[in-house]
Amino acid sequence: MSLLNVNDLSVSFVTRNGTTEAVKNVSFTVESKSITAIIGESGSGKSVSCYALLGLIPQPPGRVDSGTAEFEGRDLLSLSERELRGIRGSDIAMIFQDPMTCLNPYMRIGEQLIEPLIVHGVANKEAATQRAIELLDEVGIQNPDVAMQAYPFEFSGGMRQRVMIAMALIAEPKLLIADEPTTALDVTIQAQILRLIKALQDKRDIGVLFISHDLAVVSDIADHIVVMEKGHVVEQGTPSAIFSQAQHPYTQKLLAAIPSGETPKSDADRPNLITATNLKTYFTSNNAEEPVKAVDDVSLTIRQGEVLGLVGESGSGKSTFGRSLLRLTPITDGRISFDGIDVGGLDRNNLKALRRRMQMIFQDPYASLNPRMTVYDTLAEPLLLHKIVTRSHLDNAIKELMDNVGLARSFAKKYPHEFSGGQRQRIAIGRALATKPEFIVADEPVSALDVTIQAQILDLLKDLKDEYGLTMLFVSHDLAVIRQIADRVAVLYRGKLEEVGDTSRVFNTPESDYTRQLLSAIPGQSAA
Amino acid sequence: MVRFILWRLLQAIPVIFVVITATFFLVRSAPGGPFDSEKAVLPEVKRALEAQYKLDLPLHEQYFAYLGDLGNGDLGPSFKYPGRSVNEILGSGLPVTAELGLYALTFALFVGVLAGVFAALKPNTRQDFIPMGMAMIGICMPSFLLGPLLVLVFGIYLDWLPIAGWGDLPGDKILPSITLGSAYAAYIARLSRAGMLEILSQDYIRTARAKGLPEWQVVTQHALRGGLIPVIAFLGPAFAGLLAGSFVVETIFQIPGLGRFYVQAAFNRDYTMILGTTVFLSTLIVFFNLISDVIAAWLNPRLRAQFKGGA
Amino acid sequence: MSTQDIASLVEAEEGASLWNDAWLRLKKNRAAVTGGVVLVVMVVLVLLTPWIAPYSYEAQNLDLGATPPSAAHWLGTDIFGRDLLTQILYGGRISLAVGFIATAVALVIGVTWGAVAGYVGGRIDELMMRFVDILYALPFMIFIILLMVVFGRNILLLFLAIGAVEWLTMARIMRTQVQSLRQQEFVEAAVSLGLAPAAIIFRHIIPNAIGPIIVYTTLTIPSVMLLEAFLSFLGLGIQPPQTSWGLLISYGAETMEEYPWLLIFPGAALTITLFSLNFLGDGLRDALDVRGSKD
Repeated sequence: MSLLNVNDLSVSFVTRNGTTEAVKNVSFTVESKSITAIIGESGSGKSVSCYALLGLIPQPPGRVDSGTAEFEGRDLLSLSERELRGIRGSDIAMIFQDPMTCLNPYMRIGEQLIEPLIVHGVANKEAATQRAIELLDEVGIQNPDVAMQAYPFEFSGGMRQRVMIAMALIAEPKLLIADEPTTALDVTIQAQILRLIKALQDKRDIGVLFISHDLAVVSDIADHIVVMEKGHVVEQGTPSAIFSQAQHPYTQKLLAAIPSGETPKSDADRPNLITATNLKTYFTSNNAEEPVKAVDDVSLTIRQGEVLGLVGESGSGKSTFGRSLLRLTPITDGRISFDGIDVGGLDRNNLKALRRRMQMIFQDPYASLNPRMTVYDTLAEPLLLHKIVTRSHLDNAIKELMDNVGLARSFAKKYPHEFSGGQRQRIAIGRALATKPEFIVADEPVSALDVTIQAQILDLLKDLKDEYGLTMLFVSHDLAVIRQIADRVAVLYRGKLEEVGDTSRVFNTPESDYTRQLLSAIPGQSAA
Repeated sequence: MVRFILWRLLQAIPVIFVVITATFFLVRSAPGGPFDSEKAVLPEVKRALEAQYKLDLPLHEQYFAYLGDLGNGDLGPSFKYPGRSVNEILGSGLPVTAELGLYALTFALFVGVLAGVFAALKPNTRQDFIPMGMAMIGICMPSFLLGPLLVLVFGIYLDWLPIAGWGDLPGDKILPSITLGSAYAAYIARLSRAGMLEILSQDYIRTARAKGLPEWQVVTQHALRGGLIPVIAFLGPAFAGLLAGSFVVETIFQIPGLGRFYVQAAFNRDYTMILGTTVFLSTLIVFFNLISDVIAAWLNPRLRAQFKGGA
Repeated sequence: MSTQDIASLVEAEEGASLWNDAWLRLKKNRAAVTGGVVLVVMVVLVLLTPWIAPYSYEAQNLDLGATPPSAAHWLGTDIFGRDLLTQILYGGRISLAVGFIATAVALVIGVTWGAVAGYVGGRIDELMMRFVDILYALPFMIFIILLMVVFGRNILLLFLAIGAVEWLTMARIMRTQVQSLRQQEFVEAAVSLGLAPAAIIFRHIIPNAIGPIIVYTTLTIPSVMLLEAFLSFLGLGIQPPQTSWGLLISYGAETMEEYPWLLIFPGAALTITLFSLNFLGDGLRDALDVRGSKD
């Protein structure tokens, strides 16, 4: 008998603007001692389906229209709030996506950890504390008795997620629902947490419902995969079935979007366009004594016409490096030369002229556009500032730009908030291209986008690069993406350069330990 | 932590100094002294008065003499009421005002927090609109309007409560306290509602619910801790406001407190009284602000650790 | 003709700016709309007062004395036989004028101070905000009273004194806004495009910072009016022969047992105006709060 049997579940939201059907006739099961993964992009209804099981959706405006969810002989969807409360945290537990915000910052770890046991009357405070310490140890927190007294802010993201897992498992639930538990974590930490979840699941013979947008991530650990799109289940099966014989076009689209290794070649004969020598960018603050060494003595060259991928996890300094090249962040020491010109020594007028030749595409498509300027205004600004065209030709120039980045011309008078993430990124790319630059720093340009949109934007970038002969610094934490677009790769760790070389060389025969660690953490290597 | 407190104390001292100096010179430069409205006095009498109050010394010497007196805690004799010192008058008025302020603050905190939290639990429903509507009234109706109205209704038409005095008749402390505290109850209600709404939308509240906690526990054990911090931070400014408000309330209800003395001193150009009361009140306000800031900072575990670490 | 050319013949669709969104949201807020309407009515009434007041401001009728509302005097008369409605209208001119003007003073000083501190950052920012902090710590109520006592009660000084208190919070708000905007990526993008600082401030920062400033300004006006009324009540603000709502309330409070209408009507005028401003301000805050929708 299945541990959880969801049948024909439908959930909709009733707001002033109308009724949205978030989940439509969804059915899936979770067996005990196995991991079922639900995959979907934003708006697929994956999260809503699972939150509805525990009654965690606010009932106005949410509404369960139909369906049953059988768990241990009872239909979860028909239980009263009181009965559900008895199940939450004890029979079914949940862990959430962002470990930085999911723990109460005003409460000590220990206090929060023992709550499930106390609330469900399973143990008294002493016994619960003891149990909590054991669990912290099990999830890999060192000095668990000291950790009990700590506050969340003292822990890193990965550690906080471990605490969340401990908190979920402390009352020995039979089913664990994990809502994108690794999405907010660095790739190496993600690998650790995935291993931990799998190990704990094995050890305790529990069932896990794992929600994610990343097929690659779940292919490593899931026994069963359910694919959702726009509220429907479009396909389900074992990982190997999905990966080798996907039936539904959406699944195929998802699979195709996983960046696969098609490594471009790098031409060593081309001249260097940008050279950074012993670049140091430090940030001092009033509180800390030591300055933060974001970029610590990095020397790199970027050849004309190539794409240099800059890889690193959070805190590696990769974004700071890109910004330093463009003099958006003041550098502390070292030289940057662009086409022979010393970037650091330029005065205001010359810097402005140089800025025409190098541009940036930012990560967050929601924040990189002025919300009060139309697409037209945003694209016109650089064109007029650098006198690329005169006012009489402005209209045509803007239309051309919009065509190049794949935006319908009729959108010209619209405002950023009226567009989707992918469209906004296209606008940002258009803005960067307006001055016909030679060099572009792309700072995680696709990280904030859905997987299928990612593929589109990457293709766009590749096409534009070829068409305009651009040189690019492509910053990302996602190795799979880098592999697809970069000719050469440089790896940063904590501000220092670990390794640099041709992409195929670095990926196949990495020289530095850190690079090896990074590569082994790439998800999705067990399937496909 | 100690270092933080010391640092704030250090910052407070120049402020108090500025207050003393500015007040001193302001008052002195005002046209007309306390003797102008009196009948003409004989020159010798006038000189004697001036000598007693040190008015014959050059201005800057008066200043330093005053500072010296302050160091001893002596706020000087009252100009208007010979034979009584400022310390004496303050001493008689302070307990009264302190009691009034305490009652008003307690009322404000109690009513305000309850109303605000209550409203935040069901936003945009009647449970929200009614308390917040009343809070709006509290903000828009100044104490010098509310006071007389309350007196009119409860004191005169209904004749339930006394309308003047403090401690003379039973129940005469009720109307003044409510009048003074209402505006602050309103501000606190709005602050706590906003704070709670913000906290209740946080992810960790969802975590608490997912653990199976009943809603009341979620609110009291998880949400209140963060949600009330804005209220605590408000206590400093609230104190200053209560003090200012007492001027009006004590005038309306004829309460012999600091506020009323201060207003009278202002009218009478009673130099030392004005000076002394200003210095005293300002010092109190500065300290209360400091305490409220320290407590608000202490409630945030991250800030607390920063201080303990001696950073 | 290519499809692109055909497409370019299609008119670009009008976008809905964030101001549009905010305006629509505001219109739906009944309390805010009511507040706005009442406010406009109030302002129009007091502006037109010299022409529409039923009696002249000074007209006394000592034989009449204080009378309750009647056909001849809609709101009654005070103890000098003066028409209360006229008094309230003229008093409103002063009260609203103080409210708007003092707020304008605070706005200009505060916004400039805060914008400079927020944009320049670093040492200058620290110094400027430290100054604000120190002034903030001073017990202003007491100082205003002192000022009023010492220098007499002229309206100009009153404006300045009140403005001097309120600009501090305005400066703080503006600085926080500018600071947080400066770190937004679209401002960085503007820098990377090569825009000059002045252009960045005017085209990118200020339009996005205006929201909270508008809200706070709308909420400062009632605060200022209360302050003026408070001072006038204590006898330290507006002086006869001029009048203000605060002054009228203080007269009314003195004789409220015999002539309650002398307290109630001016009180109502003040309270209603304050209500309107506060509801409008709250509504503006809710309407402008959303920083553009995310998917």
